[in-house]
Amino acid sequence: MTELTKLTLAQARDGLKKKAFTSVELTQAHLEAIEAGNAGLNAYVLPTPEHALELAKASDKRLAKKGKAGDLEGLPLGIKDLFCTQGFRTTACSNILDDFKPAYESTVTENLWKAGAVMLGKLNNDEFAMGSSNETSAFGPVINPWRRQGKTDKLVPGGSSGGSSAAVAADLCLAATATDTGGSIRQPAALTGTVGIKPTYGRCSRWGIVAFASSLDQAGPITKTVRDAAVMLKVMAGHDHKDSTSVDADVPDYEATIRDGVKGLRVGVPKEYRIDGMSKEAAKLWDQGIAWMKDAGATIHEISLPHTKYALPAYYIIAPAEASSNLARYDGVRYGMRKPGKDLIDTYEETRAAGFGAEVKRRILIGTYVLSAGYYDAYYLKAQKVRTLIKGDFDKAWDKVDVVLTPTTPSPAFAFGEKTGDPLQMYLEDIFTVTVNMAGLPGISVPAGLSSEGTPLGLQLIGKPFDEATLLRAAQSIEDAAGRFNAPDRWWG
Amino acid sequence: MHVDEATVRRIARLARIKITDAEAQGLEGELSSILDWVEQLKEVDTENVEPMTRVVPISLKQREDVVTDGEKAAAIVANAPMSEDNFFVVPKVVE
Repeated sequence: MTELTKLTLAQARDGLKKKAFTSVELTQAHLEAIEAGNAGLNAYVLPTPEHALELAKASDKRLAKKGKAGDLEGLPLGIKDLFCTQGFRTTACSNILDDFKPAYESTVTENLWKAGAVMLGKLNNDEFAMGSSNETSAFGPVINPWRRQGKTDKLVPGGSSGGSSAAVAADLCLAATATDTGGSIRQPAALTGTVGIKPTYGRCSRWGIVAFASSLDQAGPITKTVRDAAVMLKVMAGHDHKDSTSVDADVPDYEATIRDGVKGLRVGVPKEYRIDGMSKEAAKLWDQGIAWMKDAGATIHEISLPHTKYALPAYYIIAPAEASSNLARYDGVRYGMRKPGKDLIDTYEETRAAGFGAEVKRRILIGTYVLSAGYYDAYYLKAQKVRTLIKGDFDKAWDKVDVVLTPTTPSPAFAFGEKTGDPLQMYLEDIFTVTVNMAGLPGISVPAGLSSEGTPLGLQLIGKPFDEATLLRAAQSIEDAAGRFNAPDRWWG
Repeated sequence: MHVDEATVRRIARLARIKITDAEAQGLEGELSSILDWVEQLKEVDTENVEPMTRVVPISLKQREDVVTDGEKAAAIVANAPMSEDNFFVVPKVVE
């Protein structure tokens, strides 16, 4: 039954409807793939096989009756460990959450279960989603199923949603949930040959997702194809009264329009993205992407987003500032671990020293510093003003173009330890993705080619607020031109 | 912006994170280089620019002022490292 794991989400859905196989068979095939391969990849931090089979059985019953099946009925998915799952350990891959078992379900995952989806387990990520290589996880790093041609060196799967990207690329789930604060869906998707969409801020409810930087965090899917992303997003998105920043807007049937083509679509190419640090291959692929869009009938326009270079430094003020307040809740009192000290304050300090990893501490300290007395105006307020200018750049661009095309990352997947020595070097991984979070826009990464090392590279499309439909349609035209990129033969077991 | 070791310790205290001497020394360099790097924002003219307060221009929704949840003390303390009679237990604060 292993070939069942090779199906896309949409193919599996159609197969279930045609009764070519059952959800139990489909789920079992994925559980076997996890059993065999997870030790090699470390994508799942908590497989939930018994729960998965129970859900699959219930789905098979609903599939047998006319009109009872949901949009994702019987389809096995992986869930990033940042989403609270009722009764199932949720840690954000931090020691500080210890054995936390939420008494509630995140709205996004609740939407998935209501649509009939099957949970295979919880997926690894960088601790509190802070990282671009999955190396900061308390559960250890995830290994990218891709390798450099002819080599066996282990490569990073990107981050923070590295468990999600690796699991999808290695067929350990049909699709996965992920979150994106500065690039955490799109960068790992690019590094693993998968599709990742970060919707407009407010499109998906943040309720029940472990908070990192609340004004930037947004949930989205990582999938094998653009069509699968459309299917997943439709179910994940929607207004939620429990998140006051979630937007009360209709969620279109994205899948219905992905094949509408890009004839007449105006595609913007921002000149400020041609940075020195970009690999030749990424630059070449970008030109290729422009040519593909043109061939498909789109028109190409050079645009200027003059404040691009300031997005990343402004992000590294805003995100740590918000993180330092969000993570204040981990005090060893209400949930998670406690390391007793000589008094209450000492207990807080000991607990947080033992529970947080180095990168999380670094960001909390930066955030505390920029918010501390006398520095607020110089850092946080300044960064929020720069953010207004970054959004203004895009607002102007939307008069001329419908989508913006850029590379997702400056270079392909790197090896372990290659960027851990210097935090700034790691932060540059998000240079092309972070502007999108700062402006609250939707962005998608689509696999577009392979590097000379034989590892995947992605192209990013950025869209107008709440225009994910156009974004997915444009992404489909790139996928049509580029084809799909499958990870090498299963070396991981 | 150079952050000295005393400042690192003060910030760590504010953040309620205990740090060792070795960590304090390492963080001195790391935080300084990150703060140096963000200094480039000074190049940007932000005169008469409003700080962003929300990325999507919507007004916050109001809901009925009614109780929608509650009576769940046992569920709330279920994950606490230490609890007693549905209360969180902490080290003695008041002598």
